[in-house]
Amino acid sequence: MTVQELDALRKKKYELIQVRRVVREQGEKMAEHTGYRKQVLVCGGTGCTSSHSAKVIAQLEESFKELGIDDVLIVKTGCFGLCALGPIMIVYPEGAFYSQMTPEHAKTVAEKHLVKGGEIVKELLYKGTVHEDGSIIPFAETPFYKKQMRIALRNCGVIAAEDIEEAIAAGDYAAIEKVLTTMTPDDVIKEVLDSGLRGRGGAGFPTGRKWSFAKASAGDVKYVCCNADEGDPGAFMDRSVLEGDPHCVLEAMTIAGYAIGAHQGYIYVRAEYPIAVERLKIAIKQAHEYGLLGKNILGLGFDFDIEIRLGAGAFVCGEETALMTSIEGHRGEPRPRPPFPAVKGLFEKPTILNNVETWANINPIIMKGAQWYSSIGTEKSKGTKVFALGGKITNVGLVEVPMGTTLREIIEEIGGGIPNGKKFKAAQTGGPSGGCIPAEYIDTPIDFDNLVAIGSMMGSGGLIVLDEDTCMVDISKFYLEFTADESCGKCTPCRIGTKRLLQLLTKITEGKGEPEDLVKIEELAEHMKSSSLCALGQSAPNPILSTLHHFRNEYEDHIYNHHCTAGVCKALLSFTIDKEKCIGCGMCAKNCPVSAIARTDYVAPGHKLASFAIDTAKCIKCGVCQSNCKFKAVERK
Amino acid sequence: MEHCAACGTPEQAAALKAVIEQSRSTPGCLMHILQEAQGIYGFLPIGVQKTIAEGLGISLSEVYGVVTFYSQFSLKPKGKHRISMCLGTACYVKGADKVLEAIEKEVGIKCGECTEDGLFSIDSCRCVGACGLAPVMMVGEEVYGRLTPEKVKTILEEYKKEEA
Repeated sequence: MTVQELDALRKKKYELIQVRRVVREQGEKMAEHTGYRKQVLVCGGTGCTSSHSAKVIAQLEESFKELGIDDVLIVKTGCFGLCALGPIMIVYPEGAFYSQMTPEHAKTVAEKHLVKGGEIVKELLYKGTVHEDGSIIPFAETPFYKKQMRIALRNCGVIAAEDIEEAIAAGDYAAIEKVLTTMTPDDVIKEVLDSGLRGRGGAGFPTGRKWSFAKASAGDVKYVCCNADEGDPGAFMDRSVLEGDPHCVLEAMTIAGYAIGAHQGYIYVRAEYPIAVERLKIAIKQAHEYGLLGKNILGLGFDFDIEIRLGAGAFVCGEETALMTSIEGHRGEPRPRPPFPAVKGLFEKPTILNNVETWANINPIIMKGAQWYSSIGTEKSKGTKVFALGGKITNVGLVEVPMGTTLREIIEEIGGGIPNGKKFKAAQTGGPSGGCIPAEYIDTPIDFDNLVAIGSMMGSGGLIVLDEDTCMVDISKFYLEFTADESCGKCTPCRIGTKRLLQLLTKITEGKGEPEDLVKIEELAEHMKSSSLCALGQSAPNPILSTLHHFRNEYEDHIYNHHCTAGVCKALLSFTIDKEKCIGCGMCAKNCPVSAIARTDYVAPGHKLASFAIDTAKCIKCGVCQSNCKFKAVERK
Repeated sequence: MEHCAACGTPEQAAALKAVIEQSRSTPGCLMHILQEAQGIYGFLPIGVQKTIAEGLGISLSEVYGVVTFYSQFSLKPKGKHRISMCLGTACYVKGADKVLEAIEKEVGIKCGECTEDGLFSIDSCRCVGACGLAPVMMVGEEVYGRLTPEKVKTILEEYKKEEA
């Protein structure tokens, strides 16, 4: 394909895509030229696929046949972000946002809305888009979307993820055209450097500097790698980009190849992401067919190709040197740096590695310029960050906000607050390498440096909200179990340190902790930080250190009072029945798996039946009695 | 190829041989071959590992080292219905540990084991990325979300009925 052909292709589906981006009135006019009266976008991301969005699409197709609808386009897109309310379906040009769709709902929408002259089915819309007076507000105006700024996710949930023509119409491959026709490799690196873009994978290293080091390295063979081994549990933005807009990653890697002088790229992706892998394969195949990958790209003389390599479930492979060792087909163990990958990386050649979200920012930086990009965000953290909101929060999903947005805005406004009237306790960022941000820091503007200053880190962007029912010692133990399990074993501080830390934490959660354990933990943590080989071991103590710093009282409560503040640690719990509240219905005794509950002789005033009591020697503290008691007579302490 | 006779059908051996032949010249092909081999056999018995080591001209210890490093590779057979409970953070704070206990109780084996009749195996995994539906488990390729110990029972009873 030539540059002219690419330009023509971009125009071909331009209006089709624009209908989904503009306001309703404009969209309605545009829709007339597209050949489609309406478009139905159904999310085909992992979240919505898991809640059976494929059945929704199948039902729509069937209903269209029955009703003779042939001028409505069904588009299977990537993630819209609001995963908690999936499957999600949006109808344009109205922008009607249907949530929690079932095949029956799809049938209703087809019959009442999608037929000619149909009306929006209000009762099936996402409640956030229906105003109290019954009027419909565009979903971009809802609290969940209003404060977001979508740069990396610009095309996710907008285009058909498996259609390169839609990707091109939405702006993909415009940057590679601009780079190859008007920019030198140095111009590209300068633009990325000036944008202030920092790596979104965790450490926040300036992307442009990485590229310039690799360019400066001597050698004819260099490599460009993409880290799609999103191992941080609770983070799924990389997966969503790959599922929603895989071409933007391919394009950005090609641009980097041109900038540093590489002709081969590798994408290392988790095998646990089957949809993302499939879409990447399709995207690479299409890019080849359209001459946007391979030999002589766009006829402009530059060669670049990309291969997919599947991971096999090892968290440490998110570390750059371990990832490269894994691509080489070995045990994914990290190696000491220096030499840095920019000098000696994959197959011992100069290599750059960026994560998916970082790559997703390249096209907008090239197209809109470094100045535009660096105007967004804070002084040292430019642009936006995608967070995967999870845990005890109403709007679980994917959000992209400018750097410097406060935790309060993310949790209370975008996230819709904590469900069930519970109190916010802390937010965990950075996964097993990060820490907890307690409630008193909720107004801190979030960027790379502020998070480090309060004892956490950005990490890849998992943001897990914890409420008052979460035990901070237990959550540290959870992360240590993870890192102890995932430690590759190459270096002693990490291999043994994680095990010892886990033992100490287990001891505390079992009520056997001693005051000097806290001293031991802190000492060991410092050693691990200073002497582990790679970031896994260096950062493994962070969850403990940060909770110990902010929630020391909880650790002390476990040790001195043998009491779990949040009532989570089983060994420290006791269940009792309040004999005055117990009406004697016997539901607790009936459901007790170990027959630890029996009737007493006591009949409380006002009740007819004798109350029950728990034999604490037999009780296994499963809590079934409490969940079965309708009268709140079972107490957990 | 004689090692494979003990651990599979001639068709499986032929498929493995084809995979090795096809990939052996690609740098770093071992992981890919192991993934394909696991797809063919369902797990990676020592005989299969020997065949791969010989096919690539590397030592068995090197192959074994890679197999045991990555959690996805299994030395033991898995059940017909592979249950995989997500123990990622988002699922954990929503009670994934209690759901796992319920699964273990319902199937009658511990996490990491396979039932004697070969019907069920239980594993844990770290985040399938469906955090919006936490807590989540997978049975084969099917994802079940918003689980409770009670819900697990109903789901697994369906599978048991199907097999009865």
